[in-house]
Formats: sequence, structure tokens, C-alpha cells
Amino acid sequence: MFYREAGDFKTTYVDDGQTFPIKFDRFRYYIVLAVAFGIIPFLINDYWANAVFLPFLIYAIAAIGLNILVGYCGQVSLGTGGFMAVGAYACYKLMTAFPDVSMFIHVILAGGITAAVGVLFGLPSLRIKGFYLAVATLAAQFFLVWLFNRVSWFYNYSASGQISAPERTVAGVAITGPEAPAWAAYLFCLVFVTASAIIARNLTRGAMGRKWMAIRDMDIAAEIIGVNPLTAKLSAFAVSSFFVGIAGALFFAVYLGAVEVGEVFGIQKSFLVLFMVIIGGLGSIFGSFAGAAFLVLLPVLLKNVLVGQMGWATDLAAHFEFMIVGGLIVLFLIAEPHGLAQLWRVTKEKLRLWPFPH
Amino acid sequence: MPDTLIFGMEVFLNGLMAGVLYALVALGFVLIYKASGIFNYAQGVMALFAAMTLVGIMEGQVPFAHLINAILGTEVHHFGWHIPAFLAILLTMGVMVFLAWAVQRLIFRHLVNQEPIILFMATIGLAYFLEGLGDIMWGADIKKLDVGLPQGINTAIDEVTYGWFGYGFFIDNLDIVATVIAALLVVVLVMFSQYTKQGRAMRAVADDHQAALSVGVSLNFIWIMVWSVAGFVALVAGIMWGTKSGVQFSLSLIALKALPVLMLGGFTSIPGAIVGGLIIGVGEKLFEFLVGPLIGGATENWFAYVLALIFLVFRPQGLFGEKIIERV
Repeated sequence: MFYREAGDFKTTYVDDGQTFPIKFDRFRYYIVLAVAFGIIPFLINDYWANAVFLPFLIYAIAAIGLNILVGYCGQVSLGTGGFMAVGAYACYKLMTAFPDVSMFIHVILAGGITAAVGVLFGLPSLRIKGFYLAVATLAAQFFLVWLFNRVSWFYNYSASGQISAPERTVAGVAITGPEAPAWAAYLFCLVFVTASAIIARNLTRGAMGRKWMAIRDMDIAAEIIGVNPLTAKLSAFAVSSFFVGIAGALFFAVYLGAVEVGEVFGIQKSFLVLFMVIIGGLGSIFGSFAGAAFLVLLPVLLKNVLVGQMGWATDLAAHFEFMIVGGLIVLFLIAEPHGLAQLWRVTKEKLRLWPFPH
Repeated sequence: MPDTLIFGMEVFLNGLMAGVLYALVALGFVLIYKASGIFNYAQGVMALFAAMTLVGIMEGQVPFAHLINAILGTEVHHFGWHIPAFLAILLTMGVMVFLAWAVQRLIFRHLVNQEPIILFMATIGLAYFLEGLGDIMWGADIKKLDVGLPQGINTAIDEVTYGWFGYGFFIDNLDIVATVIAALLVVVLVMFSQYTKQGRAMRAVADDHQAALSVGVSLNFIWIMVWSVAGFVALVAGIMWGTKSGVQFSLSLIALKALPVLMLGGFTSIPGAIVGGLIIGVGEKLFEFLVGPLIGGATENWFAYVLALIFLVFRPQGLFGEKIIERV
């Protein structure tokens, strides 16, 4: 009743092929964009930006990236943390080497560099499959983190071994550094999230996405019908690493400001992003957002309830959070292996028929 | 003899000992993978959990003390007794069997026939859960574990090698004990799977679930048994590592070290786990010794993975793994 495609007639091929063919979906999408761009920047303050919005947006980009690799192309990667570190350090080197160039270009270039590194570590995927590949990507994770820790050129020979983002402006407003206003950082990330989502959505709908999915479903059969596994797998690694690199660059430059690589981009980060993808739903762009929102909001919520309301010690609450996250992952895999995105699909299906049950 | 060669030999021996400990963890992985096709990421956390439980029982800690105190406002921490190591190990084994039952009953029963990758993710979830549970039950502080294993430098080896080379090798007694125990464990496991009824049933299940089911093997029982055996291996590994470096969070990271061991040896082979462990142990120690100083040290973090990665490119199923045959 509320949600139907009846009466929504398409008269051109362009109309027929649009991203959201159903009117309700389209308007919902426009409203979300309008709220995100037009209302939230005026209401946002430092707490909301740092606790909720910035991590959500940045993790959403990383989750989209990983979802392309794991969900669409079926190549499990545990190296996300390492690739995010590549993005962060590439962005740092570019920011300090070319202070006059716009931040937008730096972040995109950082993504490009990460894509190159991703392709390099994706090469073994042509020989290695499944678990073996998952473990092989751990090589990327540990090697890259070690590299950024040991080679002082990457952190400009600073004594602490940390990298910290200098202040850079876009159109006169600081985006990075301690003086950056919350709304500017938020908008900067939002632009990237929106662009990433649109690009990813269209890539996965097109020829490239179909090749990825063919490889995922059965690689030998895909090869026989003419999908080149070399280009399909490597392009998935490249595109995925590109987004993950952008997420890493934003995570460092806009969100944290200063980074110690082993702490921030360790193996835990790889798992966190992987969990987002699983809980959100493998092979779904919406799922990446849902998963990121869920795993960003859950700790905030738990902390507020357990520490704020019930007065527990923070470490006890942190342990509890581990249990809940672990339990939820298992629960999700049992109850709904396709994640939040599938729940949303089921809901839509029900809404379409409402108020009739069948 | 040149000094480098002598030092190199010492490093080599120590690498072998470290490799045995890696192999011990890898063994737990192989057992579960062979019998149920589950790649159990939680093996390392199980070792940590077993070691924590062992310490907790020995020290007479009250389980969930922090939680109880936070909710009820009480101040309980210890029962005030100490339990001898042997009895505590038995009790811990009981806890691990219960855990095996719970894991099988609550998680993997519901995930039968799912994709292997889903099962893998579920074990990651289990690892997180167990990590939180262990900390809530026994507290997150670093604990000392002492079940009476000998520790410190082995003076006999020190003296003999001093007589030979004019330089005494430093070999830890604990490492020697660990090697002996690991060897025993492997013999026992092989005997168990070859000569006992349950062991044969286990191999039957590993070979073909449905065929095993049709000749009257209880899948449920076998899986609980396999998880219990893996829990036992985890307990042994936990005791060794816990005695060596204290019971703390980093213990669970040995699971990550066991992964390249598995890749080298092949996921399905018990001898593979041993040989892979030795290669990784020796390889990373020697690499750190010879090349490490040139490129900044701490290469042990990644060397094993890169070695396994390069190795896999040439032999995708590992040293002793079953050949991967793919059909469309």
C-alpha cells in the first residue's frame, strides 16, 4: 500500500535503467540526501561529529570497498587495516609534500596509491583461493603495518613515529587539524561517501560488477563463458582498495588527526570492517551503510547505557561489548546470513503487499 | 668455528623450539578442520580462555567477580583456597568439554550445510565472544601461570656446547618440555584416530558426513568430541605459552601465527602442521637474525605470512595438503 511499483510507468530506456526504479525508493533517497547535506551540517556539534557521524561515514566507505571485494567478487580479505594504513600514509606524504594542492586531490590520489598496492597484494589471488587467500591477505596486513612503523621516510622522520595531519583548507575553511569545525569535516566526508556509494552502485550494476559476481559464484564456469579472471579479480582488488584507501586517508586526516599505525590500523580494524560487511549484508551497498551504522552506534549505545546509566567500570563495559559483538555476529549468521540488507528486502516485500499477508 | 655460525646454530635450535609451540596451536586447527570442515579461528582464544580458567581455578578466583560486584555492589574476589595444579587441569578440561558442547549445540548445529566462509566468520564471532567472556569471568589483568613445569636455562646443554664450541647455547628448559609434550600429544592423537572406535568414527565423519551418518555414527557426538579434543590441545598450548609469557591478551594472537603454519603444511595434515611449524619457527628466527638488523628488525611480525604467501603461489594446497580438485 505504502510501497508499490504499480502505476509507475517507464517510457524511456534511461528511466528504465535508473538506480532506484521505484518512486518511493527514489524519494526516500532524495530525502536522505537532503537531510544529510541540508539539515545535519547546521545541527552538528563536536560530540556528534566525532562519536557518530565521522566514524559512520568513513567506515561506510571502507565497508563499501571491502564489500566489493568480499561480497561481490568473493575474495575474502583480512588486510583492510593495512590498506587503510596505505591510504593514510599516502595522504600524509602528499599533504606534507604538496601543501598547496587541494585536499580533495590528495585524498583521491591516496586512494589511487592504495589501489596500486591492493593490486600488488591481489596478484596471489589468481593462484590461491578461499581460506588460503584470506590468510595470505594477512601478509599484507602485517607487512604494511611493519613497513610504516620501521621506515622513517613514511612519517617524515618524526621522533614519535606518529603522523599528524597539518591544517589544510578547502575554500578557506579548515578541513583537517584541530581547528577544523565539525560541520566542515562532516561535509567533506559526506561528499566522499556519496560519490563512493554512487560509483560503487553503478559499477556493481554494470558489466564489471557482473563479471565480479560471476567469479564469485563459480570462477571456473565464469572463465569458460569468457570472463577473464585476471582482470576481474585484479579490478575488484583495485576498486576495493581505492575506496579503502580513501577511507584510510579520511580516517587519519579528518577524523583522528594523529595516528600511530600499529594501534589504529591493526588487525582489529580489518575484522571490524569485515564484521560491518557481514552484519550489513554481503553484496549490498545499502548493507555496507547499515553494517557501518550498526557497529559504530552499538559501542556508543552500550557505553552510554552501561557506563552512563548503570555506572559500570569502563573496562567491564568494554569486555561486555566484545561479548555482545561476538554474540551478535554468530546470531546474525544463524538467523540471517545475508545481513541487515536482507531484513530490509524482506520488509520491503511485506510493505508491498500490506495490508494483505500474501 | 666463526661466531656467526655458532650464534646461527643457537638461533636455529631456538627456532625449532618455537616452531614446536606454533605447531601445537596449528594442531588444534587441523583437528577441527579435518573432522568438520570448520576453520576455527577461535583456537587461539580457546587457548587463552583455557589458560585463564586454569589460573582462575588454581587461585580460587570467583568467576564473574567484577560483574557480580558491579551489579550487586559486593566486594567478592577470591574463595580463599588454592587447588593443586593437576586437579585444576582436570577441572579446566571439564570446562572445555562443556564449552565444546555449548559451541556445538548453540552455534554449529544451526549452521550445518552453510558455506565454509560463513562457518569461518562464525568462529571469528565466537573468538570475540570468548575473549569478552574470559575477561569478564576472570579479569583482564596479566596473570602468572605456574603448574610446576621446569623453567630457565638448561645447564646441561649449556655446559656441553661450551665444551664443544667455547660458547654455551641458551636453551630454555620449558621449550624442551614443550617439545616432548608436543611429540607425545601427536603420538597420542595419531593413535587415537587410527586405533580407537571413536577415532575411526571421527575420520569417517571427516571423509563423508552422510556416509558416516548412514552407518550409524552420531555426528553430534563426534563434533562435540572433536571440539573437546581441540579444547584439550588448546589447554596444552595455553599452559605452555602461559607459563612462557604470562596469561594475557596477546596469547590469543598465537592463533594468527598458527595460520601461516597451516598454509605451509596444508589444512588437512597433522604431519603438515608439525613440519610447517618447524619451518616457520626456524625461518623467522633465522631471518630475524640474519636479515633483521639490515632492515630495521621486528621482522617476526610478518615474515611467516610472506613466506607462506610466496610458498602458496607455487603450491596452493600446502606441503602435505590434499590436492585441490575443482569441478564445475
